[in-house]
Amino acid sequence: MAAPSSASTPWLPKLVVAPSFVLAFFFIYGLIAWNGYLSVSASRLLPNYDFVGLRQYGLLLESDRFHVALTNMAIFGSLFIAGSMGIGLLLAILLDQKIRAEGVLRTVYLYPMAISFIVTGTAWKWILNPGLGLEHLMRQWGFADFTFGWLIDPDKAIYCIALAGVWQSAGFVMALFLAGLRGIDDSIIKAAQVDGASLPRIYLRIIIPSLRPVFFSTLMVVSHLAIKAFDLVIALTAGGPGYATDLPATFMYAMSFSRGQIGLGAASATVMLAAVAAIVVPYLYSELRTRK
Amino acid sequence: MSAAAPRRLTVQRLLVWGTLLVFAAWFLTPLYVMVVTSLKDMDQIRSGSLMSLPTSPGLASWFKAWDQACTGVDCRGLKPFFVNSLLMVVPAVAVSTLLGSVNGYVLSKWRFRGSETMFAMLLFGVFMPMQVVLLPMSQVLGWLGIASSIWGLILVHIMAGIPSTTLFFRNYYVGLPDELIKAAKLDGAGFWLIFRRIVLPLSTPILVVTLIWQFTNIWNDFLYGVVFSGADSKPITVGLNNLSNTTSSVKEYNVDMAAALIAALPTLFVYVVAGKYFVRGLTAGAVKG
Repeated sequence: MAAPSSASTPWLPKLVVAPSFVLAFFFIYGLIAWNGYLSVSASRLLPNYDFVGLRQYGLLLESDRFHVALTNMAIFGSLFIAGSMGIGLLLAILLDQKIRAEGVLRTVYLYPMAISFIVTGTAWKWILNPGLGLEHLMRQWGFADFTFGWLIDPDKAIYCIALAGVWQSAGFVMALFLAGLRGIDDSIIKAAQVDGASLPRIYLRIIIPSLRPVFFSTLMVVSHLAIKAFDLVIALTAGGPGYATDLPATFMYAMSFSRGQIGLGAASATVMLAAVAAIVVPYLYSELRTRK
Repeated sequence: MSAAAPRRLTVQRLLVWGTLLVFAAWFLTPLYVMVVTSLKDMDQIRSGSLMSLPTSPGLASWFKAWDQACTGVDCRGLKPFFVNSLLMVVPAVAVSTLLGSVNGYVLSKWRFRGSETMFAMLLFGVFMPMQVVLLPMSQVLGWLGIASSIWGLILVHIMAGIPSTTLFFRNYYVGLPDELIKAAKLDGAGFWLIFRRIVLPLSTPILVVTLIWQFTNIWNDFLYGVVFSGADSKPITVGLNNLSNTTSSVKEYNVDMAAALIAALPTLFVYVVAGKYFVRGLTAGAVKG
C-alpha cells in the first residue's frame, strides 16, 4: 500500500530530508569520486591534481608491501570468515536446544562486540606476549619447554590476529544464526520427528539448508568486516614485525598518513572499495528487490 | 524454532552443555585476565601467572592509568582522552539520531518520487570501507578550519552515521500503520504535528536501539579518531593505543589492562544494562527487510 502523500505542502518532506541527503551523498559518493581522482593523480606528500592515469595502480601492483597485505588478507580473511561462521553456527545450534541459561550464555558470547577492537587487541597482546603471557603460564603449569612467540614471528603473527578477530566476531554470527533458527517453522521439524528422523539428521537435512538466506547475509557481513579490518591489527601488531601483518586497510593508512604516498594510498582505498562493492552491491540489490 | 530436545540428562545433553561452557570460558578468559592483571602490581605479575588471582589486590594501576600514565611525553593518563570522547560522542549521537528519525519518517510515511532509490543509495554508506573518505575528508576539514579538532570528528561521525540511523528508523516506521497518519491528516494535522504527536511517542524502542548503536560505534571508533584528531582532541581509543605502545623501561601490563578496562567500561556498562537493544541494532544492521 502506498504511503499517504502530502497534498498541501508537497515540498516540505523533501526539504526536510534534503540537508541529510546532501551531507550523506557528499560523504559517500562525493568523497568516493574525489578519492578516485586522487588515485589517478600525482599526489605524494601533498595532494597534487596532475593527472597521471593508472600509474599509482601500476605502482601498487609492483609494491612488495601491497603483495604482503593481499596475502595476509587471504590468510586472515579465510580464517576469520570460516572461524567465526563455524563457531557462530555451532553455538547458535547448541543454544537452540532449550538451554535454560540461554540468556546468560548469549550475553557472554556477544560482549566482545560491545568493546573496541583496540581494547581487545591490547588484551590479546598481553596474553600472547612471549615474556610473561601464555608462555609463562604454560611453563608454570609444568610444560618447561613450551614456547609461544607467534606474535613476534613475521610468519605467524597474522594467525594471532585471526584468532583475536574470530574471538571478537563469533558471538555476532551466533546472534544472526540464532535469529534465523527462531524464524524456522516448527511444523516441518515436528513432521520430520514423527517420521522418525534423528535430531542431527533433521539439522543436517532440513534446518541448516533452510538457513541459506541467513547464511548468505551473514557471509556478506563477515567478509566485508574482514576487508575493513584495521583497529585489531594496529592494536595487536601495528602491522609488524616490519610490515609482515599489513592488511590493505593498514597499508592504506601507512601510505597516506606516514609514508607520504597519498596517490598510492588513494589507489589502495579504491581497490578496497571495489572489493567491498563486489560483495555488498549484489546483496543490497537482491534485498531491496525481494522486499517490493 | 526450538528443537524438541530431551529434558533428561543424556550423553548428548552433557556434550551440548560441555561445549557451550568451554566456549563461554574462551570468551570470558581475556576479560578475566584483564581484570586480575589490572589488580596486581608488577611483582605479582612476574611471580604469578596470567591466570593467577592477585595476592594483594589493589587499584593503584587504575589510578595511574586514569591520570598519571604516560602516552609519549604527556603523563596525564587517560583522563583527557576520556573527556574528549565524551565531548565528541554526546553531540554526534544526538544529531545523527535526530536526523535519522526525521529521514526515516519521510522515507516511510511521506514517500516521493525517487525516495526509494535515494534510500537504496544511502544504504551503501553503511557498508563502504571508510578508507575511501579519509584523504578527501581531511582536506575538507582543513578548508572548514576544523581539522584536528573535536568539531571535525563530530561532523565526520554525524555524516558517517546518517545511513545507519536512517535505516533503523525507516525500517521501524514502515511497520507503523499508514491509517494512523491518514486519520491524523483528515483531522488537519500537518507534517510536524503528526511527527511530534503520533510518530515520536511510538518510537521509544527504536530510539533506544539507535542511541545505543551510535554510542557504541562512535565511542569505539579508532580510524576517524586516529586520522582526524589533533594533539588535544584524541579520543579514548587513540589514547589507549598510544598508552599501550609507549615504550618505557618497564612495560607496565597492569596499567595497560586498567586503561583498556577504563576505555571499555562505558560501552560494556550499556551492553550489560541494555544488551537486548544492542543486539537488535546488530542484527538490524545486518539483515534488512
